[in-house]
Amino acid sequence: MTTLSDPPKEQFRLSMLLYDTRYRSGTIQVIALIGFMLLAAWLINNTAQNLAELGKPIDFGFFGEPASYDINQRLLEYDSRDTHLRAALIGLLNTLVVAVLGCATATLLGVVIGVLRLSHNWIVARLMTVYVEMFRNVPVLLWIVFIMAILIETLPAPRAFRGETPEASMLLGDSVALTNRGFYIPEPLFSRGLGDIHLFGEASLRFDVSGNLILLLAVLIGGVWVSNIIKRRADRIQESTGVRPTTWYLRLGVILVPLAIVLAVLGFHFGYPALKGFNFQGGTHLRNSLIALWLALSLYTAAFIAEIVRAGIMAISKGQTEAASALGLRSNRVMSLVILPQALRIIVPPLISQYLNLTKNSSLAIAVGYMDITGTLGGITMNQTGRELECVLLLMLVYLAISLSISAVMNWYNESVKLRER
Amino acid sequence: MTDVSFVRTEMLPEQAPPPTAAGAIGWARQNLFSGWFNTLLTLASLAVVYYVLAAIVPWILSPTFSGTSLSQCREMLAAAGQEAGHGGGACWGVIRERWIQLMFGFYPNHLYWRPIAAFVLLAVALAPILFSDKVPAKLIWFSAAYPFIFPWLLWGGTVWGPLSAAGGFVIGFLVYRFVSQSMSELLGLIGGVLAALIWWLLLSGIAVSALDSILPLGLEPVESRKFGGFMLSITIGIVAIACSLPLGIVMALGRQSDLMIVKYLCVGFIEFIRGVPLITLLFVASTLLNIFMPPGTNFDIILRVLIMVTLFATAYMAEVIRGGLAALPKGQYEGADSLGLTYWQAQRLIIMPQALKISIPGIVSTFIGVFKDTTLVSIIGLLDPLGLSNAIRADANWNGIVWELYGFIALLFFVFCFGMSRYSMYLERKLQTGHR
Repeated sequence: MTTLSDPPKEQFRLSMLLYDTRYRSGTIQVIALIGFMLLAAWLINNTAQNLAELGKPIDFGFFGEPASYDINQRLLEYDSRDTHLRAALIGLLNTLVVAVLGCATATLLGVVIGVLRLSHNWIVARLMTVYVEMFRNVPVLLWIVFIMAILIETLPAPRAFRGETPEASMLLGDSVALTNRGFYIPEPLFSRGLGDIHLFGEASLRFDVSGNLILLLAVLIGGVWVSNIIKRRADRIQESTGVRPTTWYLRLGVILVPLAIVLAVLGFHFGYPALKGFNFQGGTHLRNSLIALWLALSLYTAAFIAEIVRAGIMAISKGQTEAASALGLRSNRVMSLVILPQALRIIVPPLISQYLNLTKNSSLAIAVGYMDITGTLGGITMNQTGRELECVLLLMLVYLAISLSISAVMNWYNESVKLRER
Repeated sequence: MTDVSFVRTEMLPEQAPPPTAAGAIGWARQNLFSGWFNTLLTLASLAVVYYVLAAIVPWILSPTFSGTSLSQCREMLAAAGQEAGHGGGACWGVIRERWIQLMFGFYPNHLYWRPIAAFVLLAVALAPILFSDKVPAKLIWFSAAYPFIFPWLLWGGTVWGPLSAAGGFVIGFLVYRFVSQSMSELLGLIGGVLAALIWWLLLSGIAVSALDSILPLGLEPVESRKFGGFMLSITIGIVAIACSLPLGIVMALGRQSDLMIVKYLCVGFIEFIRGVPLITLLFVASTLLNIFMPPGTNFDIILRVLIMVTLFATAYMAEVIRGGLAALPKGQYEGADSLGLTYWQAQRLIIMPQALKISIPGIVSTFIGVFKDTTLVSIIGLLDPLGLSNAIRADANWNGIVWELYGFIALLFFVFCFGMSRYSMYLERKLQTGHR
C-alpha cells in the first residue's frame, strides 16, 4: 500500500530569491523600487542643493503679489494690479475657451470632411484628400503663425473703414468688422438684466457669473427635459400602436418659446461695434491671436478627425447597411439607427484623444501672444518672478488635471457603450 | 416539321457600350454628375480649385529668383507687369539667398560636409532596417556602430569619446555574458548595467583624456548653439525616434507586466508625460533640468532638449506598442509558454515580431508627430527653421517677407512627413501575411 505524501517542506534558501520564480518577481520589484527611490532622492537632493545655492527656497508666496501686466483677451474682469494667482486663473479660462471652441469647430469640420472623403464624387474626394494630407503633414505651430500672418497681412486696418468711400466695409448688415486687429462682433446685452452673482467676494479667485446666463441656461435645460418627456411619450405610443405621432413642432416649441419669452422679459438686444476715432468701439473684440489659434487648431485637428470618421464609417461592414435596408428602413434611418451608433463606438475614443491633443496644442498660444495659462503662468509670471520650479510644476499639474478629467470622461463613455459580450 | 426558319449559328460580335456610358464621358457622368447634388458639388469644387490655382500659380511663377532684397523684388515684379505686395507676386530671392541657412543654421561653412555625411551615412545605416530584403545583411554592423558615428560627426571633438561610450556597452555585455553563464541571468543583467555605469561615470573620462593625450585624433568641435535650421529639426527628430523605440518597448512591457511595482512606475511615467503638453517639457529642459542635476553641471541646451523630447516620444511609443501587445491573441503568449521559452525568449521570438508589425502605423505616426513637434523648440529660443524665419525677417533687406519663408518650410516638412507615411504603407503591405 502506497500513500501519497506531501512533498518535503523546502527550507528557504537565499539563492531562491534568484532562481525560484515564486520569489524572483519580488526580488526584481524590490530592486526596481530601490533604483527608483535612489533616482528620486538624487534628483530631490540636487534640486534642494541648487535652490539653496541660488537662495530661492520653494515658496508660492509670489501668487499674492500684484502681477502688473495686462491680459487683453479675458472673460473675467482683471487689471494689472490684480495678483499673479488671478492672472493664472484668467489664463486657465482662456485655455478652456480656446479648447472648447476649437473642439466644437474641429468636430464639425472633421465630420463633414471625413464624410466627403468617402463621397462617390471623384473631385470632391480628391480635394478632401489634399486637405487632409496638407494639414496632417505640416506642423501645427507653422499653421498657427501662418494663419496669424494671413490675418495681419491681408485684412484691412480699422482706418480703412473710415471716410465717405471706405476701402473696406462691415459684413452682415454692418454688424461684424474683420480688421487686422481682430474681429469685432455684436455683443448680447440685456436692458432689464438680473445683474451678476459675485462669488468669493474680493479674493483673487473672485468669479462673477451673469445671472442672465444662469436663467437662460436653466430655461434651456428645462425645455430640453420637457422635450425628452414628449419624445418618450411618442415612443410609447409607437410601441403600442405602431403609429408615431408627429411631435417635432411640439418638441421644438417647448424649447424655443420659453427661451424667447425670457429673452424678451430681460430686454435682450445686440450691441453693435461702431468705428469711433481710430478704432472700433462696442461689440465683442476677438483678438487676432485668439482667432488665429482657434482657426489653426480646428483646421489642423479637423484633418485628423476626418480620418477617424472615415475609418469609423468604413469599419462598419456592408452587411449592416444591406440588412437594415432589407428590414425596410429608409436610407436616413439606416444611417441614424444602424450605422452611426456602431460607427460612434469606433469613432469616439480616438476622437476624445484628439480633443486631448487639441487642448495640449493650445499651449502653443504663446507663439502668437494669446494669454492662456502657458502665456500667463508659464510665460510672464515665470519671467517676472523668476520662480521657474514652482511655475513649471504648477503648469504641468494644471494640464495634467485637464487631461485626466478628459480621460475620465472617455473611460466613462467607453464603459457605457462597450459591447455586452458573454 | 421544320418550322424554324432561321437559327443563328454564331454569336453576334459584342457592341461597344453607348458613348455616354463609356470612356471619359461615362466616367464623368458616373463620378461627377450623377444627380443634381453631385453636379452642384462638382461645380463648387471646380470653382474652388480654379480660384486657388489662379491666386497661387502666378504668385509661384514670379520671376524674382535673383532678387537681393524685398524692394528689388518689387521692382522686378513691376517690370514684369505683376502687382507687387502680398496679392501680386512672390519674392524668391530670399530663398535663394538664405536656403543654406534654413538648412544648416549657423553651422560653420567649411564643415557642411559633416552633417551631409552624417545624413548620407544615416541612409546607409537605415537601409538594412528599412529594406532588409534588398541589401546585404552584414550592413547591420554598420547600423549598430552608427549611433556613435552620428554625434561625433555633428559635434566633432576627439574620436575617443564615442569609442569609450561604445566601450561601455561592450563591457556591460561581456559582464552580462560571463555572469549570466556562471551564475544567474538576473544577476548578469544587474552586473552588466552596473559595470557599464561604472565605466561611463568613473573610468571613461580618465581613459578618454589619457588616450587623447597619447593619440589626439578628432574633428574640429562645433558648439551646440551653432546648430540650426532643418539640420537641428532632423537631428532632434532622429535622436528622439531612435531612442524612443527601444525605451518605448521597455515601457510597454513594463506596463503589461505582472510585477505590480514595475507596472505602476511605468503607468505613472507614461500618463504623466502624455498628460502635459510638450512645451511644458521644453520649459523643463530650458529652465529646470540644470536645477535637477548635481550643482555645477551645465550641459548644453540641445542635449537637454534631446532628453526631454526623447522622454516625450517614449511615452507615446509605449502606448502604441502596448496597443500592439494587447491586440495579440492570448494563445500566442500561452503557445510560447508551452514551448518552454523564457520571458525574454518569448518576447524576442514570438511576441515582439507580431506586436511590432501590428503597431507599424501607430509607430510611424508617432515618428511623424515627433518630427513635426521639433518646431516647438523655436519657442524656447533654438534656431529651428521657424526660429530662423523670424531672424531672417529681422534683416532690413527682407523685412516684410512672410509667405515665401513659411511656404518653403511647410513644403520641406510636408515632403518628409508625407514620405514617412507612404513608407509605412509600403511596409504594411510588405509585412502583410494574409491572415490577421
